[in-house]
Amino acid sequence: MTPPNFLTIKEAKAGLRQKKFSVVELIYSCLEQIRKYDKQIKAFLYVEDEKALIAQARKVDEKLGRGERVGDLEGIPIALKDLFSTEGMPTTAGAKIISDYVPVYDSTVVKRLKEAGAIIIGKANEDAWGHGSSGENSDFAPTRNPWDLERVPGGSSSGSAAAVASGMCLAATGTDTGSSVRLPAAFCNQTGIKPTYGRVSRYGIIAMASSLDTIGHITRDVYDNALVMRVTAGRDENDATSSPKPVADYLKTIDKSWKKLTIGLPEEYFPDELEGQIREITLQAVETLTGAGASVKKIKLPHTKYAMACYYILVPSEISSNLARFDGVRYGKERSVFGAEAKRRIMLGTYTLSAGYYDAYYKKAQRVRTLIKQDFEEAFQQVDILLAPSYPGVPFKLGEKIDDPLQMYLSDIFMCPINLAGMPSLNLPCGFVKNLPVGMQLIGPQFSEELLYQVGFQYQQLTDWHKRKPVAC
Amino acid sequence: MKKIDLTIEQVKHIAKLANLPLTEKEIQLFQKQLSHVLDYFKLLQELETQKVSPTSQVTGLENVFRSDAARPSLPVESTLKNTKKTHNQFFKVASVWEK
Repeated sequence: MTPPNFLTIKEAKAGLRQKKFSVVELIYSCLEQIRKYDKQIKAFLYVEDEKALIAQARKVDEKLGRGERVGDLEGIPIALKDLFSTEGMPTTAGAKIISDYVPVYDSTVVKRLKEAGAIIIGKANEDAWGHGSSGENSDFAPTRNPWDLERVPGGSSSGSAAAVASGMCLAATGTDTGSSVRLPAAFCNQTGIKPTYGRVSRYGIIAMASSLDTIGHITRDVYDNALVMRVTAGRDENDATSSPKPVADYLKTIDKSWKKLTIGLPEEYFPDELEGQIREITLQAVETLTGAGASVKKIKLPHTKYAMACYYILVPSEISSNLARFDGVRYGKERSVFGAEAKRRIMLGTYTLSAGYYDAYYKKAQRVRTLIKQDFEEAFQQVDILLAPSYPGVPFKLGEKIDDPLQMYLSDIFMCPINLAGMPSLNLPCGFVKNLPVGMQLIGPQFSEELLYQVGFQYQQLTDWHKRKPVAC
Repeated sequence: MKKIDLTIEQVKHIAKLANLPLTEKEIQLFQKQLSHVLDYFKLLQELETQKVSPTSQVTGLENVFRSDAARPSLPVESTLKNTKKTHNQFFKVASVWEK
């Protein structure tokens, strides 16, 4: 029998209802896992006090015992990426400069998760400020991949993915500005969503690049992912960029089969240099879907090769502005305490926004962004969704890329264009190379999360990659 | 196209604009690394973008307002909680006057 800490949210809720175990036991099983493995994995920067967690759990058990109405996530232990302001809990963004910062308010997403009954088990480790794709840029210590402790879990939501993969919680929040939910989900064999820009409120979540940041989450399967999305999505008065578009009931339509689905394969995401095994695994996933009735069409996204340059102008520019507030006045230490990567991005962004350079760099990149977005819009005239590898390889080893910043930046090549276009993308486990997870993305038009979940759910009925667990845990 | 090579002076100027105190070693390192990355950006010059409008809001939202009505704010004690540098319910900042 699967221990409670490795159940899906759906299974855990059923287990609690059927009194197979209590919320107290569920929390203990997660805490036990953290005690056993987190010294090596380092998924958490902060774990909530045990007494406080058990008190919360007892309250939920009593509620369940009285047969009271409960929230969608009642009693479910969730970890929050440390960018999420959490009232009374240290929120460090993975950075030493605000290692003592304790917010006096909850971000909107945290508020919604709490209102749905979730139990916040702790704050997850990450690349400081979201700057990174491996977890190695944490100012504290790098998180390790539960599938192979010598390898990276992906970033920047490194701790979030590692915590879910290793059974330390049942779901975790993340942010995705240029890969940061999808890549760690792919590297750790989890389901991760990067929603449409503005689908989920950014209020209270420490900002990286305000025109690209999206608020996502990592779960064990698509059903869980849709369940959490129903809680977090929707307009927020405190975030003017949040969309007024109504939130679909993702669970209601999740198991409806599609009548006609055309999947586009962008040829730029299947270049000649793409590693053979990754190509094979991804094309096999395509076959699984065509076997279920989908049709396939090759399409082009001609401006793909300019996406990285565009991204690395826009993002550091916006970072330099967003990190200007950390001046040691209202919170935090003085600016020399910033880590190397943060300093590098602040410097880059300051240059590209400065007088005499703004037009050549920032304004130019904004125009290129329009071209990249148009590529996707034109593709979606021909197909319903796109399918592409999440990463052109397996999770790499710690230290392998850290010395060459440009190399590290280029590993986001399959990810960044989607953020520039503001489109949603869902990472799904789709295979293994030598016991290392491989993920693929389903990319849709803006606000098509409902369709992505339908296709993803169907895919997970036909495969069981997502059910595998790392041996070490 | 000429290779981008930032001078030490330029790096120091950027650091001043960014209010980032850097060590000599950091200045040298960033001179190399920033030049390398900026050089990569030359790729964008291949694209003709004069007639392309810039994207700053990717989902097309414009003029999102709320009513001009006062709302409760955080209590003063909460806002001061994360620093020791306070005085009479104010934040204390470094002096901007030259002595």
